[in-house]
Amino acid sequence: MSSPEQWTPERPAGTPAATAASPTAEQVIAGLRATSEGGADLVQLLTPEGERVSHPDFDIEITAEELRGLYRDMVLVRRADREGNALQRQGQLGIWVPLLGQEAAQIGAGRAMRPQDMAFPSYREHGVAWCKGVQPTELLGIFRGTDHGSWDPLEKRFHLYTIVIGNQCLNAAGYAMGQKFDGKVGDDDGEATIVFFGDGATSQGDVHESMVWSAVYDAPLVLFCQNNQWAISEPTERQSRLPLYHRARGYGFPGIRVDGNDVLACLAVTRWALDECRHGNGPVLIEAFTYRMDAHTTSDDPTRYRLSDELEAWKLKDPIERVRVHLVRQQWADTAFFDEVQAEADQLAAELRDFCLNMPDPPAKRIFSEVYAEPSPVLDAQRDEFLEYLSGFETTVGGGH
Amino acid sequence: MAAPTMHRPTTATSSTQTITLAKGLNMGLRAAMERDPRVIVMGEDVGRLGGVFRITDGLQKDFGEQRVLDTPLAESGIIGTAIGLAIRGYRPVCEIQFDGFVFPGFDQLVSQLAKLHYRSQGKVKVPVVVRIPFGGGIGAVEHHSESPESYFAHTAGLKVVACSNPVDAYWMIQQAIATDDPVIFFEPKRRYWEKAELDPTARPEPLHTSRVLRRGSAATVACYGPMVRTCLDAAAAGAEDGIDLEVIDLRTLSPLDLGPVFESVRHTGRLVMVSEAPSESSIAAEVAARVQQECFYSLEAPVLRVTGFDTPYPPSKLEEEFLPDLDRVLHAVDRALAW
Ligand SMILES: Cc1ncc(C[n+]2csc(CCOP(=O)(O)OP(=O)(O)O)c2C)c(N)n1
Ligand SMILES: [Mg+2]
Repeated sequence: MSSPEQWTPERPAGTPAATAASPTAEQVIAGLRATSEGGADLVQLLTPEGERVSHPDFDIEITAEELRGLYRDMVLVRRADREGNALQRQGQLGIWVPLLGQEAAQIGAGRAMRPQDMAFPSYREHGVAWCKGVQPTELLGIFRGTDHGSWDPLEKRFHLYTIVIGNQCLNAAGYAMGQKFDGKVGDDDGEATIVFFGDGATSQGDVHESMVWSAVYDAPLVLFCQNNQWAISEPTERQSRLPLYHRARGYGFPGIRVDGNDVLACLAVTRWALDECRHGNGPVLIEAFTYRMDAHTTSDDPTRYRLSDELEAWKLKDPIERVRVHLVRQQWADTAFFDEVQAEADQLAAELRDFCLNMPDPPAKRIFSEVYAEPSPVLDAQRDEFLEYLSGFETTVGGGH
Repeated sequence: MAAPTMHRPTTATSSTQTITLAKGLNMGLRAAMERDPRVIVMGEDVGRLGGVFRITDGLQKDFGEQRVLDTPLAESGIIGTAIGLAIRGYRPVCEIQFDGFVFPGFDQLVSQLAKLHYRSQGKVKVPVVVRIPFGGGIGAVEHHSESPESYFAHTAGLKVVACSNPVDAYWMIQQAIATDDPVIFFEPKRRYWEKAELDPTARPEPLHTSRVLRRGSAATVACYGPMVRTCLDAAAAGAEDGIDLEVIDLRTLSPLDLGPVFESVRHTGRLVMVSEAPSESSIAAEVAARVQQECFYSLEAPVLRVTGFDTPYPPSKLEEEFLPDLDRVLHAVDRALAW
C-alpha cells in the first residue's frame, strides 16, 4: 500500500524497480544507471558517435559557427585543465581539481547563460569560469595557495569557488530570491541564477534546503548537478536509491536528466531551464549525467576504488570527440580549423604556465587584510606587532634563532 | 602492511614497533574493533579507500561493510546517525574528512551529542568519538587547515583531546572509544607521518592527563597537537643558547588537566602557551586565565600566547607566517625572560 511507486508518476517501461522497498544493491545501481545509455529519460541531441538526434522538448537550431565555438571552448578548457594538472605534478601548484570529461556539461551550461545571469560554482567549474570570462590564470591562485579566489564575483557574475560541499546552493537560492524580490524576473530580459554541485553534494542538508527555499519562493534558480558518478571514492549509489533528477518531483519542480557529455543537449536544456526561471517558472533541477575521467584531485588515487574498464567505457562517450566527428561529417570544419584550435589551445597552455611560474607570493600583511568591511583596530594592532616582529629578521643576519 | 620491527637488544621491548602517527591510529582503531563488536567506523571514504589519509586503511576489508560505513556525503548525517546508533548501543567512531568540514555537523554535535546525557539525567549515554584531522602546514586549499577545537571545548558535555605523537595516538584513540562520553578527537594531520617506537604491551597514561615531555627551569611552554613537535624543537634550540625550557603536552583540552602546568609554572615563573588556533576566546586564553589565577604569586611575567592570528586561515603560501614556529616560540620566551 505504501509503495513509493504510488507517490511518483509511472516510470517509462523497462525502468528497474529502484523504488521498491529494500531494493537490492543491483536494483539500485541498475536504476541509477537506467538511462545512461540513452533511454527515454535522457535528453540527448548528439550521440557518442556524433549522430545528431532530435528530442521532442529540447531541440535547438545550431549553426556551424556556433558548434565550432562550442568545440573550441571545450578543447581550450581541456587543454588548460591538463596544464593545471601538469603544473601540480611539477610542484608549481599545491593541488589541481581536474574537470576532464565534464567539458560538455560545463560549456553547455556556461554558454546557455545570458550576461545578466549569476553563477555559483563548486570547485571544479573551470569550464563555467571560462564562459563567464574568468581566465584560467585567475583560477591558479587558489591552487597555488596565493589567494582564495582572485576575480571579482559581482563583476563577473561568477561567485568564488566553494569547497564546503553544498554551501553554495543555499547562497545561490538566496541570490535568486533577491533577483525575484528586485522585480528582475518575469519577462524575456529577466535574470536567473545557476548553481553547480556534484552527485555527492546531493546528500547535504544545504542542498535539500536550497531546493525547499527556491521552490517556496519560486526563485529563478537552476540547480545544475554534475553527476560524474563519483564522490571521491564513493559511487552515486552511496547517495541515492533514485536517479538524482527524480528528487525534483518531491520538491515540486521539474527535474531533467541530460547527457552530460553532449554539449548540445546541455546547452539546450540549460537554456530552457534558465528561460523558465527568468520568466518566473523556476526552479529547475538538471542532472548532467557525465563522468569524472581523472582522479578526484591530484591528491587522489582512483585505482584504489574503481576499475579502469569503467573509464575505458566512458572514453567512448568523450564529450569533445563526438562534436569533432559531427563537425567533420557535416563538413562544418576542415583540418585547418582543427589545427587552429589546437594551436590556440597550446598557446593558452603556454600562457597559463608562464603566468604560474611568475606568480609572486603574497606579502605577510595579506594575512590580515579585508577580514572585516569596517575598521578593526584590534586586528590592526596584531598585524602591526607581527610585521614589526618580521622586520626584525631582515636586519638580523641569520634570521634569529 | 606491517610496520617494521625495531632491532634492539632484547629486553622487555621485543614487542616494540616503529610506527607513524597514522599507523598508530589505524592500529588503535583495529584493536578497539577487535575488542568490542559494537565499535563501528563511519564517514566519507573511510571504507574502500581507507580515508583520504588512510587512517582506516584495511578496516572495511577485515571487519566488513556493516562495521566500516562509507556514508553519504553529509556531516550532519554522520554525527546525527552516530548518535542514534549510540543510543542503540553501538560505539561509533566518526571521521570528519578535514577540520573545516565539521560545521555541517555542528548542530548535531552541540544540540544533541553534547546534551543527551544531561537532558536524560544519565539515562542515555552517547559514547561517540568524532575524529578530526586538524591544523595547517600541509599547503592545502581553504577549509583544510583549521583549528576549531575551541568551539568544542566551549561546549559543555563534550570531551576534547588532541594527540601529538604516534604512541599517544595509539592509546588515546582506544581510550576515547572506551569513554562513555562523547569525545572530539583531534589529530595533527601534518604529523601523520612522523615516527616513534610503540610498545603495545606498555601501560598508557590516563586519557585526561597532560604530560611533561621535557624538564627545564627557565620557562614553561604548554602546547598540544601539532605544536608539540614545534615546541620540542624550540626547546632543543633554546638549550643550545642556554635556555632550559619545560615543555608540557596538554593532550586533553576539555577537561583541561592543568595540575602539571601549575606545578611547572610555580618553579619556572613563566608560561608561554602555544597553539595554532586564533587566540581570541581560545584554549590558550583559558589556560592563561587559569594559570594567572592559580599561580599569581609565582609569575615573573604575564602568560604569553603564541598562536595563529585572529583571521581566517590564509592562503597556504602564507601559512608559514601564520603558524607559530620555533622562532616565534623562542621570541615569546625571550620576552617572558626579559620581563
Ligand atoms: C562539507 C564537506 N565535507 C567533505 C568535503 C570533502 N570532499 C571534497 S570533494 C568531496 C566529494 C564531492 O563529490 P561530488 O559532490 O560528487 O562532487 P565531485 O567532486 O565529484 O565534483 C568530498 C567528500 C568537503 N569539501 N566538504
Ligand atoms: Mg561527483
